[in-house]
Amino acid sequence: MSIKLSAKNLHINFGTKKVLNNVNVAFEEHQITALIGPSGCGKSTLLRSFNRMHDLSSDAKIEGSLFLDSLDLYARTVPVTEIRKRIGMVFQKANPFPKSIYDNIAYGLKINNLPHGKKEIEKALREAFLWDEVKNDLKMPATRLSGGQQQRLCIARAVALRPEVILMDEPCSALDPISTLKIEELIVHLKEKYTIVIVTHNMQQAQRIADRTVFMYLGEVKEEGITTQLFNHPAEEMTANYIRGQFG
Amino acid sequence: MRRKSHLLTSVVEWGTLLLSTLLVCFFLLVVIWEIASKGAPLLSWDFLFSTPSEGMTKGGILTPIIGTIILTFITALFAIPFGVACAIYLQEYAEDNWLTRTIRASIRNLSGVPSIIYGLFGLALFVQALALGTSMIAAGLTLGLLSLPYVITTTEEALMRIPNSMREAALAVGATKFETIKDVILPAAMSGILTGVVLTLSRASGETAPILFTGAAFYINGASGYLDQEFMALPYHLYMLSTQHQSIEEVRPIAYGTALVLIIVVFFLNLTAFYIRYKYRKNEH
Repeated sequence: MSIKLSAKNLHINFGTKKVLNNVNVAFEEHQITALIGPSGCGKSTLLRSFNRMHDLSSDAKIEGSLFLDSLDLYARTVPVTEIRKRIGMVFQKANPFPKSIYDNIAYGLKINNLPHGKKEIEKALREAFLWDEVKNDLKMPATRLSGGQQQRLCIARAVALRPEVILMDEPCSALDPISTLKIEELIVHLKEKYTIVIVTHNMQQAQRIADRTVFMYLGEVKEEGITTQLFNHPAEEMTANYIRGQFG
Repeated sequence: MRRKSHLLTSVVEWGTLLLSTLLVCFFLLVVIWEIASKGAPLLSWDFLFSTPSEGMTKGGILTPIIGTIILTFITALFAIPFGVACAIYLQEYAEDNWLTRTIRASIRNLSGVPSIIYGLFGLALFVQALALGTSMIAAGLTLGLLSLPYVITTTEEALMRIPNSMREAALAVGATKFETIKDVILPAAMSGILTGVVLTLSRASGETAPILFTGAAFYINGASGYLDQEFMALPYHLYMLSTQHQSIEEVRPIAYGTALVLIIVVFFLNLTAFYIRYKYRKNEH
């Protein structure tokens, strides 16, 4: 397996607060990697550094290097919009645009100068297991969909751009068990085409879908490995305590 | 005993509140009744579409209506683009530091400045310094200045209501900051912005003090509506008819008619704002 996405000696500060401390991590191609750890351990911060979402906050200071294949994600010559096109993102709370279902998918294609006809829209919705539910209501405002459908629409919006990586920040935390299961199925299906990194608080979810798991604590990577290995035979005492639910 | 006094207190509390409400409604109704009953007999197409005649004791109010419409138009043309642009800068681009906070506080304070001060400022800046003379354009720009802080504040509030997750959603599909604002943030905030703009314009169209020294005329004979000339406007016409005219008693009915038309205009502008807000709420759910 080749490495798709990686961070080397990554330090991130928000103002005077150190959030990530010397993180070295690599994510393999066509694998699902789960980032787990107690709240505030920096897993979302790590995730969002790959598609440069921290560019928005003026007090974020980033040191170290991040790579997509061999491309330096923070190189001055690389336009940030190009990076976000190649590294898609799905957020904790479904955030469809206040537009129609159709336009939600078409928008990203349009601004990236990609074809955005009916064919492309259908393809993206099919890929996100949403087509059959919405094919007759493409003009409907996306906000009228259920929570789970909205989240799948957000996934469709991301895959429409044919990214190489999809970052997911607790995509199921606001959903009921049935919707969660549907999205988990979808994520597993998507790994054939994409490399997926998912932040989750749900230990069962990590075990159900992730090939590899990274455990973080207080801004550092404490342990990483094949999911079954990490959950059944954790090398670190701290990992064992966390997955047994003794803190978090 | 205890229970009784408790009951008494709540009756007094309830009574006071109800009485205050009734009192407010009473005065409001009296004002509206006074103006409507005395102004309504004058309302006719003829009153709306003929110019004042015979020393303004006869004829209609077409000239001040034209003046107010064009004036409001200039105000909108000036205040909306600058106000919205300023709000977008403050809310979406500017960093949160002492400079931005000072600018924001100043804008909030400007909306509390008495409108007569704007009138004086307009006289100094537009009429004299920029040599526009007492004219429609000078008065319109003065009203525009008066409206700016309201447009900026309401637009900023509308932008603030758009959750950050919307901005992230657009950026995550590769939109630039400008595209995010243009394609996602502004359309989502549009009804909030429009509501603020319409309410501001309805307020500006009823202002007298700012146009007093900057271009409003006592009377204009013949053609009107030129940007570089003085004009007649509804609020000033009303002020003039009720205090400055030589035969005040004779023109009193026309004053009431003018007041009624002005109230109807403002009422319809407010109704538009309510309608926009109603549609906005409906689309949200």
